[in-house]
Parts: sequence; C-alpha cells; structure tokens
Amino acid sequence: MRIQILAFAGVREIVGAERTLEVSDGDTAGRAWDELARKFPRLVEIEGSIRLARNGAFVDRDAALRDGDILAIMPPFGGG
Amino acid sequence: MKYEITREQLQLDELIAAVQTDACGAVVAFLGVVRELGDGDQPVDGLSYEAYPELALTEMRAVGAEASSKFGEARVAIAHRIGDLRLGEASVAVAVAAPHRGVAFDACEYAIDELKRRVPIWKKEHFLSGEARWRPNATPSA
Repeated sequence: MRIQILAFAGVREIVGAERTLEVSDGDTAGRAWDELARKFPRLVEIEGSIRLARNGAFVDRDAALRDGDILAIMPPFGGG
Repeated sequence: MKYEITREQLQLDELIAAVQTDACGAVVAFLGVVRELGDGDQPVDGLSYEAYPELALTEMRAVGAEASSKFGEARVAIAHRIGDLRLGEASVAVAVAAPHRGVAFDACEYAIDELKRRVPIWKKEHFLSGEARWRPNATPSA
C-alpha cells in the first residue's frame, strides 16, 4: 500500500516536503519511519527526537497505517 | 475565541478584542518578537517559521482550552506567524482576559509555555554570517 509523507523543517530538507512511500499491509507508523530512514540515512541520527502524526493527529510508532494515510514526520518544535 | 496561523503581521488588538468582555477586569497580552541574538548568542538578521497548520491549530486550540479553565475562568486567543520575519517583528501573540489579573497572568504563561512545547511549528535562524540553522525549543529538564 502507499502512504503520503509530510515532512517539516530539517526533515523536509532531507526528504522533500511531500512524497509517497510504499509500505506493506499491516505496517505501522514506526515501520514507515524505518523504511524512510533506510532510504535517507541522515534521518537515523535524529530518530530519537522525531514525532509522528497520522492524518493530522499525533500517534506513536505502533499506530497502524492504511492505504492513503498521511504520515507527518516532525523534528523537535521551535515555535514561539 | 481566536486561534490563527498567519503569514500576515500579528494584530494584538484583534486578539484582545476577541477575548475581552465586560466581565473581564484584566487583560494580559504576550508578544514573542525576533531578537538580535540566536543560538550561541550569534547575531541573526531574521527568522523563518513554518508550521503543520492543521495540527498546529488543533493543538493551539487544546492549549487554549486548558489555559481557559486551569487557573479559573479565562478567555484565551493565540496567533502565530509563519514565513520570514525580521528583527523586532512579532512571531507569536497570546491574549488572555479574565475577571482578575492573577488568573490572566497564569493562563497567559501556561499558554505560551505549552505552545512552545506542543505545537508543531519550527523556526530557522538566519545568522549574519550567512549560515542558517533550525532551532528547537529548549526542553525543560525533568
């Protein structure tokens, strides 16, 4: 199945703002991150600080994905 | 109440108008502005901000709702600017109105602290040296 990736700030500069990612049926948000980090090894060093959101809501790595989901990859926030 | 992510200059008077009622004896307003020193006290000539707008608004509303009830009754509005900002320009504005000032001060501080911690917005510092770096907010030590 195919999901859409939304990347922000430093992550966007590594992977691009919007892209799609092929993942396997039953994969989780964390598995999708792992797949992305395999394609973009520079992501590995920031893995511990990344937050994920699925379809506009924060999720943990174990959140299940469905075809067409939008997965946001977010580095530490800097608002204010 | 008003929650906004905008590329336009922030208008504090509009936020205040959105929260103030005749029941309120206190209005506390906070502006975060671009200052001349960035990470490591290196001089900057501006900041750029980006957001995940849908989630940022959801989270700003949640922060505002918490701030509105946590310390007593308060009315809260929050606006954050995105795009390129110069020195002295406001990046974030919080306005809180309450019957008395104690609640308004507390709710305003809570709102800006939680915004910095929870709302998906990012800033890049553009140094006078020509370098630019994303700057995460400090995380409070446990």
